[in-house]
Amino acid sequence: MEACPSIKNILLLDSEGKRVAVKYYTDDWPTLAAKLANEKSVFTKTMKTNARSEEIAMLDNYIVVYKFVQDLHFFVTAGDDENELIIATVLQGFVDAVGLLLRNEVDKRMALENLDLILLCLDEIVDGGIILETDASVIAGKVASHGLEGAGSLSEQTISQALATAREHLARSLLK
Amino acid sequence: MAEPLVKKDDDRDDEDYSPFLGIEKGAVLQEARVFNDPQLDARRCSQVITKLLYLLNQGETFTKVEATEVFFAVTKLFQSKDTGLRRMVYLMIKELSPSADEVIIVTSSLMKDMNSKTDMYRANAIRVLCRITDGTLLTQIERYLKQAIVDKNPVVASAALVSGIHLLQTNPEIVKRWSNEVQEAVQSRAALVQFHALALLHQIRQNDRLAVSKLVTSLTRGSVRSPLAQCLLIRYTSQVIRESSMNMQTGDRPFFDFLEACLRHKAEMVIFEAARAITELSGVTSRELTPAITVLQLFLSSSKPVLRFAAVRTLNKVAMTHPLAVTNCNIDMESLISDQNRSIATLAITTLLKTGNESSVDRLMKQITNFMSDIADEFKIVVVEAIRSLCLKFPLKYRSLMNFLSSILREEGGFDYKKAIVDSIVILIRDIPEAKESGLFHLCEFIEDCEFTYLSTQILHFLGNEGPKTSDPSKYIRYIYNRVILENATVRASAVSTLAKFGAFVDSLKPRIFVLLRRCLYDSDDEVRDRATLYLNMIGGDGLVGETDKDVKEFLFGSLDVPLVNLETSLRNYESSEEPFDISTVPKEVKSQPHAEKKAPGKKPTGLGAPTTGPTSAVDSYEKLLLSIPEFAGFGELFKSSAPVELTEAETEYAVNVVKHIYDGHVVFQYNCTNTIPEQLLENVTVFVDASEAEEFSEVASKPLRTLPYDSPGQSFVAFEKPEGVPAVGKFSNLLKFIVKEVDPATGEADEEGVEDEYQLEDLEVVAADYMLKVGVSNFKNAWDNMGADCERVDEYGLGVRESLAEAVSAAINILGMQTCEGTDVVPSNARSHTCLLSGVFIGNVKVLARISFGIDGPKQVAMKLAVRSEDQAVSDAIHEIVANG
Repeated sequence: MEACPSIKNILLLDSEGKRVAVKYYTDDWPTLAAKLANEKSVFTKTMKTNARSEEIAMLDNYIVVYKFVQDLHFFVTAGDDENELIIATVLQGFVDAVGLLLRNEVDKRMALENLDLILLCLDEIVDGGIILETDASVIAGKVASHGLEGAGSLSEQTISQALATAREHLARSLLK
Repeated sequence: MAEPLVKKDDDRDDEDYSPFLGIEKGAVLQEARVFNDPQLDARRCSQVITKLLYLLNQGETFTKVEATEVFFAVTKLFQSKDTGLRRMVYLMIKELSPSADEVIIVTSSLMKDMNSKTDMYRANAIRVLCRITDGTLLTQIERYLKQAIVDKNPVVASAALVSGIHLLQTNPEIVKRWSNEVQEAVQSRAALVQFHALALLHQIRQNDRLAVSKLVTSLTRGSVRSPLAQCLLIRYTSQVIRESSMNMQTGDRPFFDFLEACLRHKAEMVIFEAARAITELSGVTSRELTPAITVLQLFLSSSKPVLRFAAVRTLNKVAMTHPLAVTNCNIDMESLISDQNRSIATLAITTLLKTGNESSVDRLMKQITNFMSDIADEFKIVVVEAIRSLCLKFPLKYRSLMNFLSSILREEGGFDYKKAIVDSIVILIRDIPEAKESGLFHLCEFIEDCEFTYLSTQILHFLGNEGPKTSDPSKYIRYIYNRVILENATVRASAVSTLAKFGAFVDSLKPRIFVLLRRCLYDSDDEVRDRATLYLNMIGGDGLVGETDKDVKEFLFGSLDVPLVNLETSLRNYESSEEPFDISTVPKEVKSQPHAEKKAPGKKPTGLGAPTTGPTSAVDSYEKLLLSIPEFAGFGELFKSSAPVELTEAETEYAVNVVKHIYDGHVVFQYNCTNTIPEQLLENVTVFVDASEAEEFSEVASKPLRTLPYDSPGQSFVAFEKPEGVPAVGKFSNLLKFIVKEVDPATGEADEEGVEDEYQLEDLEVVAADYMLKVGVSNFKNAWDNMGADCERVDEYGLGVRESLAEAVSAAINILGMQTCEGTDVVPSNARSHTCLLSGVFIGNVKVLARISFGIDGPKQVAMKLAVRSEDQAVSDAIHEIVANG
């Protein structure tokens, strides 16, 4: 309990429980099979709930905070002695940052088309289980800034500018 | 090559559309060749990396060769100046987790980025490098990391600090050198930097209590900016409180004011962390609890499910230790029963069940009934278990609780849920005699329509044991016989056995059972027919199997008195012939298996008597084992068997432990011996016991162990006579004597000739606690009052200087060997006095209750007042003797 709050995993699944992007930070689920089984269990146990705002459940002695946006299911998992509100803050940061990066067109298709942004976003939220940043606009800013060639530090840019550049980048990205 | 990555804006309706449709690992690896192009196309390279990351994320794995190739190709991309691409390169390197010699390739590129002018490069390069680096490289980059920690850019500082937290696990001595920089970062104005710095600083100093205490003292006075850092500070503060409370003599808890102030923080995260910390303080008083409970109560009616969940979960925990403190929240809690979120509703219900009083039970059950229909089985099981404990708490309410259990038993549900209900009913029947008839009736109803064979057979078995003893056994017959008509063969066979039990136990029913069993002779299943034939012959009275009524009952109700392993071996060895199989030829001893079968190394015998497997639950099997030895048969009923006491050090040639079996006028020592030398076979193993320091004991029998092969435990016994019903104590010294024979490891055969040898074992003591059975009482006060003061004896004792009150209490409990009641074995850490309630049964089956009040004064002098009540003045005195001599 004295330890720093830690996150066990972050999952982004589609409406059938398939992976869009997942990130595990601990060995609680050591194999691919164990990970997939965990995702299936988490997905089926929450799918019937109406999680348009943040919801929470205790599943297999883990706390899972989750939220659904269109056909995307966002989950953040932590140990059962963690402060629920801290986990919820991480989830909120993740969901809102994805919203900013995808310009509020948050669905599976957009997420896959901009998978690089989603992966970078995950990378900026949690590092090896330790919370790196929870403020959505800062997270999105850090992710988006990678499109700014030689533009210097982010602080000189407004978020909207950064996002515009990001948008331009993603239009080019993945698709020739 | 997969090339479906063409975006069209008008195919939105196509649900299966994915830019990665048809993606293949082989093809993507081919594509990765673009990394080697002299003219890098940054966008295309980014795309390929995204595809590679997609594959990895979907669980695809790269072979060692593939990973190496991709890694080397990716390192080429450091040439590109494209920031976006660089970020993807960082991600890719982290995902590939390169080997040490590969790390060297990218080190210089990453170090260059660490010192770049672009902050994003610096932050990310630090994180990547620290992730993949080992200790030697770390010393090279240490200087840069220390600078980065105090960098004015918060992203860079955080990256270095978080990397420091990870590196502390692998290279603590290096990271500990950064204390000064980390300390400076704690003062940072950037919220997250402060959070990461605080986490790292605490981890560096966590083994230094004084330093942590100083850290907390300085920060609780200052201003911590980020809510996350504030949460950390609360955790560290509770740690300091926990460690210092030992020394606090009186007065207020240090830092409690800080925790209380955090309850008024503007961030809910911090408020909750503080409230939770207060509820978890050891020995928290109700005055301290009140403000925390008040904020949690407010959270209960929040619109955010996460807040409600957090609050109700914490209150649920508080209810276990301080049910009264939570009762104020009951009204809010009741409204949560209908919460959309089922986790919250279940927690609310179980909390209410814990805090509820006798009068609220009925109302609560009504609310729960509505709730049960629409939650998942796993929640229902939690509720069933809570109801079971509630029923044991308020036995008078068994009627409504039993009705509730039976009604949910009739509803739809999976196996685990139904089993939880059936188990609960069985436990209630066992513990609340009044509930027996209605409970059995509910179970009968249930098996009328039960889809689980396992549950049906379990219930039929239980019914066979309990049903005949009820006031009107005949009413169960119909339910049981219905099973014979309607169910599958396993259940039918089980029902036949149950019928036979009724027939054997209730004479008036015998003729009717006879008719029913005779019908079973025509069953389509041979097991059912066989059982029916057997039971008919037995209960018929003129049969061959059971000679007397007692034998019949023994056969039906008794349990199998031979170890299953032995029976299995005998049956395997039995060859069908004219000679019928005779169960009395099956050895009752837990026999060591022949060496020839034990070639497989490390395989331990798993028989009932294998002394290492679950010795505490083994009392029944001990009893059977002892009964099977003719020398001990005349000793009467076994009163108690102790836990095994080791007589040898671990890892010696011969491992021996002993179990003390106490009878009224005898004591039997069971020596469990294991031979750990593969080249030896021991024969005629005896324990020579010198009882010269145990005057009241005289040896009456000794049963040697014929052979003791390698790694196959066996038992040798020695029996002593002692004065009847007297808790005689004494010390015994033990010498293991045996004939040792060399074994050829190749053939496993032992030499003909053996040599006598002996082996000194440690001493063994029989103490007063050996004559006391731990038997709890559910309501100590009632039991105490009912026992009356006729045979009470009260006395006071000084225990001298003890380490702590808790230590003195547990020492007293151990000397007496009695069961602590109502959790009074737990002593609050700062208590100055404590009362401990004990109960037990003393040899001669005399119930004993004891109430011990302890007090400790300044120099740790402990005094205790022992009040003993029992049914026999002599026993009350004997208990005092134990303490006086202990």
